[in-house]
Amino acid sequence: MNLDCKHVWEHISEYIDKTVDAELRKDIELHLEHCEICSAILDSTRNILILTADDRTFELPVGYSKRLHERLKDEIEKSKQEPPVGETK
Amino acid sequence: MQRPALGRGRAYFVMVTMDTNETGLIARILAGEKELFHELIRPYERMVYLTLFAIVKNETEAEDGAQETVISAYRHLASFRGDAKFSTWLTTIAINQGRKRLRKAKGAAEESIEEQTDSHEGDFTPAPLTDWREIPLEALERKELREALRAAVAELPAIYRQVFVLRDLEEQNIEETAEALGINPGAVKVRLHRARMMLQKRLVPFLKTTAPARRGFFGRTL
Repeated sequence: MNLDCKHVWEHISEYIDKTVDAELRKDIELHLEHCEICSAILDSTRNILILTADDRTFELPVGYSKRLHERLKDEIEKSKQEPPVGETK
Repeated sequence: MQRPALGRGRAYFVMVTMDTNETGLIARILAGEKELFHELIRPYERMVYLTLFAIVKNETEAEDGAQETVISAYRHLASFRGDAKFSTWLTTIAINQGRKRLRKAKGAAEESIEEQTDSHEGDFTPAPLTDWREIPLEALERKELREALRAAVAELPAIYRQVFVLRDLEEQNIEETAEALGINPGAVKVRLHRARMMLQKRLVPFLKTTAPARRGFFGRTL
């Protein structure tokens, strides 16, 4: 089936996630072979996802882990004076 | 303690081993080896912070909320029944913590996430590019591109931002995301698609600068 660009855009996210059915996937791939615009949209969206998954894009505050475990350590110490975990409060 | 056997290179094997290890850890913590909670939580520190940040959009609030989430998970570990994954259970606590903080900060004002629904209106189409070639890897290294992405994610409407962060940043699957947010998997797919298209549209100017300018299909210099 010949898909128009708008139809491809509607499924581009599922296409990236590989959750479109086999027939639609084939139609999208056929369309992408000759449509530069949709190929560009697909590439640019994929690049955004690569960048998103890169740990350097969304960094944690410096010292976050250390502070978190210090707080947890205090809480664990406190709870040792109490009944077993989960049975408090 | 006994370490899981890793290194066969098969994701499924690793996942099962991790889950088994996690179940064992939880049992030992509940039996009294409380310090092991540090080890249980370590793989999820980043996820907890990012989940909070996706809701409160403020570093200090996100960190305080992440600490409260971890403390709450520790205190209520006995109520974790194991019918969901530990990561999903933890994400749900983080989301509730974030929403609580947001309500406190904003009163009943503006961005109440519970009240936001999927709108059928709005433009969720991507930005067409008439001149494009694959951006080289080194271009993705550019600092300003990362900054632009962070800003664009922060500006997404809350319901889209939360799904995007759980799926594409924390790499949780559709079912886990749906369960953590209390929505159905179909809504996750719709919101994720819209979030990605909004980001694509927003970031195109930054991505395009990497391609040399030439005449596009419509006679414009791109």
